[in-house]
Amino acid sequence: MSAPAVSEPSHVALKEVVRHYEGPPAIHALGPIDLAIQRGEFFSIVGPSGCGKSTLLDVLCGLVRPTGGSVQFEGKELRGEVPDGIGVVFQEDSSMPWLSVRQNVAFGLRTSGLAKQEITERVDHAVSFMGLAQFADHYPAQLSGGMRQRVCIARTLVLRPRLILLDEPFGALDQQTRLLMGDELLRLWRETGATVLLITHALDEAAMLSDRVGVMSARPGRFIDMVETGWPRDRDSRIVSDPAFGALTARLWSSLREESLKTMGRAA
Amino acid sequence: MSDLSLENALARTSSRRRIRAFDAVVLALSMLALWQAVGSWTKGVVVSPPLQTFVYLFGLLRTWMFWDHAAATLQAFLLAFALSALIGLALGLVFGVRRFAGEVAEPILAGFYTIPKVTLYPVVLLVFGLGISAKVAFGVMHGLVPMTLFTLGAMRNLPPVLIRTARVLRLSPGRTMLWILMPACLPDIVNGLRISFSLSLLGVLIGEMFSSQRGLGFLLVSGMAQHNVPLSTAVVTMIVAVAIAANTLMLRVGGRAARRPNP
Amino acid sequence: MTRRRAVLCVRVAVLAGLVVPLELCCRTGIIDPLTIIAPSDMVASMVDLLGSGELNESIESTFSTIALAFVLAIGLGTLAGALVHRSPRLRDVSDPLLASYYSVPTFIFYPLLVALLGLGKPPLVVLGVLSAAPAVMISTLSGLDGVSSVLIKMARVHRLNPVRTLWWIVLPAALPRLFTGFKLALSYALIGVIAGEFILSGTGLGYAISFAYQSFDNRAMYGVMLFVMLVAVTANGILYVWEGRLARRRSAR
Repeated sequence: MSAPAVSEPSHVALKEVVRHYEGPPAIHALGPIDLAIQRGEFFSIVGPSGCGKSTLLDVLCGLVRPTGGSVQFEGKELRGEVPDGIGVVFQEDSSMPWLSVRQNVAFGLRTSGLAKQEITERVDHAVSFMGLAQFADHYPAQLSGGMRQRVCIARTLVLRPRLILLDEPFGALDQQTRLLMGDELLRLWRETGATVLLITHALDEAAMLSDRVGVMSARPGRFIDMVETGWPRDRDSRIVSDPAFGALTARLWSSLREESLKTMGRAA
Repeated sequence: MSDLSLENALARTSSRRRIRAFDAVVLALSMLALWQAVGSWTKGVVVSPPLQTFVYLFGLLRTWMFWDHAAATLQAFLLAFALSALIGLALGLVFGVRRFAGEVAEPILAGFYTIPKVTLYPVVLLVFGLGISAKVAFGVMHGLVPMTLFTLGAMRNLPPVLIRTARVLRLSPGRTMLWILMPACLPDIVNGLRISFSLSLLGVLIGEMFSSQRGLGFLLVSGMAQHNVPLSTAVVTMIVAVAIAANTLMLRVGGRAARRPNP
Repeated sequence: MTRRRAVLCVRVAVLAGLVVPLELCCRTGIIDPLTIIAPSDMVASMVDLLGSGELNESIESTFSTIALAFVLAIGLGTLAGALVHRSPRLRDVSDPLLASYYSVPTFIFYPLLVALLGLGKPPLVVLGVLSAAPAVMISTLSGLDGVSSVLIKMARVHRLNPVRTLWWIVLPAALPRLFTGFKLALSYALIGVIAGEFILSGTGLGYAISFAYQSFDNRAMYGVMLFVMLVAVTANGILYVWEGRLARRRSAR
């Protein structure tokens, strides 16, 4: 369950993290979780619905304090507020409908104290990096769901985060758009050198994009498997044709299937 | 959901309900206290205190005079409400179905709604004279437009797939209206009826307040003129109680209409 | 011809279709001038009254009363709405009250207000506020409800302090519904004040109409009536267009 031994300290470390919700009814939502993610790693988490994946993300970025255990980012303990250097892309569309694309992307830099020139440069770079240059002055309502998520990603990008958390960012998109967005995400990861943590329910997405995949059990979520993918750094969606991809997905599913059945039985 | 968590969820709602009931009682008591305070502070010149009012009211309910006035108001109101509701519903349905007519009419109706209708009262009086027809006209003036706008809005928000379904099933226009459109619009129509009710009542009352010799509105104003404070307070209390009761009833009915299982 | 233009033309035609026959009936004596005067005479009367400055005092009185009621209603309504929004318990108490509020003909309290506050501006302002503030409160609650939780989460991820969260996220997100409340507030304040002036007052445009009516001065009465109607329609029309512009940017069309 722990990461392979490395000489440098982890970028993110969770030790025996648990999260309970008081009732009524009282819910043991998550844990105990032990996890260490290395700097620059692309780590994915898959798990059945309701297993606590989103809670884990909330804990990781400091939005929520764990009921027990410790969360460390860059060696410092998280204390219920989001530290500098973390960017989050949520499942729901968090673009602001009253701002244009450019203004949305620039939003994160309002409190940064940077010079106007620098802000404009960064915004322009992020906007064109995410392929939104044509729509820079449009409003989110005029864009498709996929484009709106790209706006949210661009907004996170300008902050140059060292850790990027994504909570099922492509959940609302169709399969083809998803695959292309996956490529975008990989490109982003390589260029920024950030550590990426992706939460997804799509096994193929996790298998294709990540260096390592953690499989979570049904609630209360715990890691029941850790799979190293061994992909080269400069990969893209075309690795789906690699036979290893099929084997990976099969392995993930075999771990996950029983947990999903448990969840379904509970919901029925 | 397991049995245990279902129980817990129910416990949560019933304790919440108890808090709500408690708060409602506290609120009612504090409003009564405020009423009492205003009544005694102004030495009964503006409003009479709650107890005195209720006593007077019960006495009032036993006089012929009161019921004579109440009947006048009721008569005018029912007529006004019926006209507002039926004409409003019909117009709203027509405007909803004929989109072009709806687009033309809506700003006109909305514009009319923003005019202080009180300023048109003299015209109504000049046209209808004093008497019940003027009162009904006031009521309709207030109640018709909201009913139309609500119905129109409901029709406009209908999911187009319903109309397509009606056409696939090859329903006649009458059946489409009766079996699909009206049931689908029902919650909004009930809402419109509720608003139209209050506004028709308002129109009738205001009309009585300044241009009639019969009716609760007149009773209120004459109570003020004669400095019969218990009378005017009692009439106001009565009107408020009836208005809130009717509104709450319609909210419940409307809520049930909205929650009913879909066919 | 585009649809918009067609709709506009038909609308103008409909309005003309109401006004022109009225004009003809009045001119030919079918309608007694003691009942309704010709629309052209109404316009002439209004222009005369405005031009001669006779109405200036009434205009100033009414507009200032409405403005005061409007500002108070917005201030109180937004504040109350914000406070209630933060407390679920207060919310549980307020929701049924607000749902029933507009079913009560608040106007019936006006004579009581006059008895309490005397004749003049105060009861009119209170009446205006009583009519308008709950609408603002309702739309404030609705607006705050409509701020999606993901935006609040995002504010925390960007580590915005509470003031900035309010100013940069909550207010812009809630603005469309807040603005609807302001529009209603103006509408209700205007109606309440002028109705009050009409029934029981010594100054103002409502009183001017009532006075003219009771003095059998039909011409003056219709002139002022027309003016009040135009003011109401214009003021509300401006806010309505503004509201539309606000909504259009944020919706898919």
